Amino acid sequence: MTNHVSADLLRIEDLKKTFTVSAGLFARPLTLTALQDITFSVKRGETLGIVGESGCGKSTLGRCILQLLSPDEGRVLWLGQDLTQLPGEEMRKARRELQIIFQDPLASLNPRMTVGEIIADPLRTLMPELGRDERRARVLRMMEAVGLLPEMINRYPHEFSGGQAQRIGIARALITEPKLIVCDEPVSALDVSIQAQILNLLSDLKDTFGLTLIFISHNLSVVRHVSDRILVLYLGRIVELAPGDAIYTDAKHPYTKALLTAVPIPDPIRARQRNIDALVGEIPSPINPPSGCTFRTRCRHARPICAEQRPILETLPDDRLVACHRWREIEEGVGREAALTA
Amino acid sequence: MTHILQVEDLNVTFALHQSEVHAVRNLDLVLDAGEILAVVGESGSGKSQAFLAIMGLLARNGRATGRALLGDVDLIGMAPGRLDTYRGRDIAMIFQDPMTSLNPSLRVKTQLAEVLVKHQGFEPDQAVRSAIAMLERVGIPEPAKRANAYPHELSGGMRQRVMIAMALLCQPKILIADEPTTALDVTVQAQMLDLFRSLTRDFGTALVMITHDLGVVAGIADRMMVMYGGRCVERGPVEPLFYAPRHPYTLGLLHSTPHVEERARRLSPIEGLPPSLEHLPPGCSFNPRCAFRFDRCVHERPPLAPIAGNRAKACHYEGPLELKDQVA
Repeated sequence: MTNHVSADLLRIEDLKKTFTVSAGLFARPLTLTALQDITFSVKRGETLGIVGESGCGKSTLGRCILQLLSPDEGRVLWLGQDLTQLPGEEMRKARRELQIIFQDPLASLNPRMTVGEIIADPLRTLMPELGRDERRARVLRMMEAVGLLPEMINRYPHEFSGGQAQRIGIARALITEPKLIVCDEPVSALDVSIQAQILNLLSDLKDTFGLTLIFISHNLSVVRHVSDRILVLYLGRIVELAPGDAIYTDAKHPYTKALLTAVPIPDPIRARQRNIDALVGEIPSPINPPSGCTFRTRCRHARPICAEQRPILETLPDDRLVACHRWREIEEGVGREAALTA
Repeated sequence: MTHILQVEDLNVTFALHQSEVHAVRNLDLVLDAGEILAVVGESGSGKSQAFLAIMGLLARNGRATGRALLGDVDLIGMAPGRLDTYRGRDIAMIFQDPMTSLNPSLRVKTQLAEVLVKHQGFEPDQAVRSAIAMLERVGIPEPAKRANAYPHELSGGMRQRVMIAMALLCQPKILIADEPTTALDVTVQAQMLDLFRSLTRDFGTALVMITHDLGVVAGIADRMMVMYGGRCVERGPVEPLFYAPRHPYTLGLLHSTPHVEERARRLSPIEGLPPSLEHLPPGCSFNPRCAFRFDRCVHERPPLAPIAGNRAKACHYEGPLELKDQVA
C-alpha cells in the first residue's frame, strides 16, 4: 500500500453512470442518467447506509463500486487504486476484497449447485491456489459462522427458506475474507422475524471479521438500525450525507426530512402524534429530470432559484454533505417560528 | 349493534397431490362499520387466504368451510354468479400489485365505468363521469386526462389509486386491502395511508388491512389480529396490543421490528423458522420458537380465549411477557 494516511477505505469521485433506453423502433434512443456527481468516502470499519426511493440509483451505485457496471466517468478508489482502470488480473485480486450480498437470496443462488459448491465458488475463481481440503475446511468454517449446520453442505438451494438462503449468500460473500461488502437490500425479501435474525448476524460478522459495510436499502428503519453514516440519494444525486444519529435528529435537506416523517413507526401513540410532512406527487422520470434542483418539483420550500441553478454539494464543518440552496434559511425560519411560539 | 361482517369457524384447505394443507383454521372475526382492522402475520400465516376465501377467490384446489355473514347472507360456498352481485358492490378487495389486477388492454375509464354499469345500472356516459369524479377523490391529478390512459402509462402509485377508486365506486361497506402499500415508496405509501384514513371516515367503509408491517398498523388501524400458522393467536385494540402484548409471538414481532426513531438496541429476533403448514408442531404451533414455553404448550393447543379489554389470546402462559437478554 502507498503512504495513505487517511482512514478512507474507498473513495468515489465524480462518478457518473448513464443508460441508453430504447424509445421505440424508429425513435432516437434516450439517455437515462442514473448517477451523477457522486463523491463520497467510506471509512474503514464503518457501515455506510445508502437510502432512497425507487430509481434513485442506489443499486446502480453499489454495482458501479464493485465494477459489475462500468461507470461512464469518475473514479472508484480502493485503497488509493482506481478500480475503473485496473486490468483484468489486478481486478480479480481486488475482488477478493470486495463482495456483494443480493436482495433475493434464492434467485442469487445457482439451483444446480450444492450449498458447499455455491459457497466455495468464489474461492475457485478468485483463489485457485487453494487445495480441495483447504477449500472444504474454509466452507465449513464459514457455514458455522453464519449459522448453517455442517450436514447442509450437500443440499440444494430449493431445500432452504429465504432466511437460510440469505445465510448461504452471506457465507459466499465472506469466503474470500473480503474487507468490504456491499449489501444490496439484503433483508427486504424476508419476513420480519427472519429479517431481525439476519440483521443481527450481519452485525456480529462485521465485528468478528472487521468488515466495512455499504448497506443499501429503501427501508429507513433498517438503515438507521445498522448504519454509522447515511447517504441519501434522490434521482441519481447525493442530497445529504450525515452520521446516522444526526440525520434522524437534525436532517438538513427537505427531502431527507420528508422521507423520515413518511416512515411508518411501530408505535401507535407516536405514529398518531406525528406531523407528517407529506410530499406531494411522485418521483419525476430520470430520463427528463427537472432543471436545477431535481427535488424542487416536490419541495414545499422551492423558490425560483431552485429551478435555475443546481445546488452544489456543500461540505459542512463536521464532514456532513448537503445539496440545497435554502437549508440555512429553512433552519433559521424554523428557529424563528419556535422563538415566536415560545 | 350488528356487525357488517361476521366470520365463524372459517377453515381453508388446499388439496395437494398426496396430501392436504390446512391454511386457515377455525377463524372467527367480526367487523363493524367504519373501523380499520389490521390483519398481521408473516408468509404462510393464512392472512391473505382467509380473505380470499371470503371473497370467493381461492385457487382452484382450495376449499373453504364455515360462515362469512354479510348481513344475513353467507358468502362461503355461494355460487360465483350470485357472489358477483355482492362482490364489488358490498365488499371489494385490492391487492399489492395493481398491474396484475387491472386489464392492460382497456383504458382506465372503461374499466371503472364497467363497474357502475354492471352494479348500479348507470348509463355509460354517466358512469364515466362518476368514474372521473372518483379518480379526483383519490387524489389523481388531471383525472379526466388520466382516465384515458392505459394502466401501463401510469406510475405504481397512480395505478394503486386507480385500484382504490375502482374498489370504492359502489361505496362498498367493506374494503379488503391485501398489502396495498408494500410495493410503493415510503413517500407514496404515506400518501396512500392518508387516503385510506380519509376514505373510511368519509364513506364509512370498514377497512381490512392485511399487512406484515407493524409501522403501517400503528399508523392506521383501530384493532388488530395477529395470525400464526393459520390461526389467530391474539387480537384486540391496537394500543394495548402494541404496549402490552399478551402472546409471545406478538411480542416477538414487535421486538424484531427496527424503529426509525431509535438507534440500535440490538433486535431480539424470534428464534427458528415459521412452521410448514403441512407439519404444524403438536400443541401450540408457536411452541418450538417460544421463549416462554412450558410442558403444557407441547401437548395441548391453547384455545383463543377472551381476556380483559376486549382482547383475546391463544396462549397458556399467564406470567408477565418480558424478554430476557435485553441489551440496552
